[in-house]
Amino acid sequence: MFTGKLKSIFRGESGSVPSGAAASGVTATRSAGTGGIALRKPARKEPPSLRQSRGLEQFFFNLRDVVGLSILDFAGANQDNINFLINLGHKVYSQDLVRSLDEFFGDDPAEQTNAARIEAFIQQNFDYPPDTFDGVLLWDSLQFMSPALLNATVERLAMVMRPQAYLLAFFTASERATEVPSHEFRIVDSKSIRVTSRGDRPTGQVFNNRNLERLFGKFESVKFFLTRDNLREVIVRR
Amino acid sequence: MSPNFAAPAQSAATIGKSVKVVGKIFAKEDLYVDGDVEGTIETIDNKITVGPNGRVQANIIAREVIILGQVQGNVETSDKVDLRKDAKLVGDITTSRISIEDGAVFKGSIDIRKPEVKAGAPAAAPTVSRPQEPVAVPAANAAAVGSAPVKR
Repeated sequence: MFTGKLKSIFRGESGSVPSGAAASGVTATRSAGTGGIALRKPARKEPPSLRQSRGLEQFFFNLRDVVGLSILDFAGANQDNINFLINLGHKVYSQDLVRSLDEFFGDDPAEQTNAARIEAFIQQNFDYPPDTFDGVLLWDSLQFMSPALLNATVERLAMVMRPQAYLLAFFTASERATEVPSHEFRIVDSKSIRVTSRGDRPTGQVFNNRNLERLFGKFESVKFFLTRDNLREVIVRR
Repeated sequence: MSPNFAAPAQSAATIGKSVKVVGKIFAKEDLYVDGDVEGTIETIDNKITVGPNGRVQANIIAREVIILGQVQGNVETSDKVDLRKDAKLVGDITTSRISIEDGAVFKGSIDIRKPEVKAGAPAAAPTVSRPQEPVAVPAANAAAVGSAPVKR
């Protein structure tokens, strides 16, 4: 239906810089050689949108009929998610992983490849005993990590999740996108979420099914849901 | 007055913004902390408010806690925790009710404990509901493909 540049704009790929961000003079590119993340762009003024999520539905379906689970939500503190999870009878751990990325690594792409900094980040943000969590909601945070940081994070997640625990993560399905919008996620019900843009960010690497299977190689199973808005929702079982 | 500004009540004891306290604080009245506190703060039946200038590195035990400033420590209340817009809390919360405004930053766990029902009092309505059974999702946004689990 769309071709050439128009198709790229429609899909939010490189070249689809919103006029506001372009005018601000902020550039955001994947850093060649370092594999790191460069500057993020300011959030566009877009109203929150409601969308269905098969991944979220599957996540809660897998945890059904049980209360008192420990759920780690990386969306940051918001009343909607906390209310929803608490009303299911679970204990909630809340944290804003994207914010932590910004605070810890700033805009210097080299920082995300520094082994000592990565170790410190893991210690600060995943300082939980082994086998703590029954579910982890990562949302779209993983796709903004450099490969080295991402591998270290997933390895740590495997440690702090209980056997047969589930995690939910979103990745862009576009293999050519160098930057994608990041979002704030609020749970509306067990199968729908309200998303608000937090601005465009460079992606750390390409995420296709094969890469994701390799990334979660230590986990028992990986299940994909490809959405029409070019998102790959992934449910991973420890 | 901004709705986010929780001024100290006249009956509340106040730790002003130029005051720093290191040690244990026990209060038998409401307490407003707008300065620095390191240690512990405890007031079983009263309210503690950490003002916008408040910087607390302490575990807090109270009936109700309102945070507008920064707290590093665990918060335990018998009634409610209220994180206002610019609050920052790093620590674990144990409470009956919680309110978090947009803009508040929180890192930690939330453990909801319902208050003990006194003898003779009517039982409180349960707040833990059963998870909803998933139903077929309309194909609006989520057309699932390749949904077969990949066994490793």
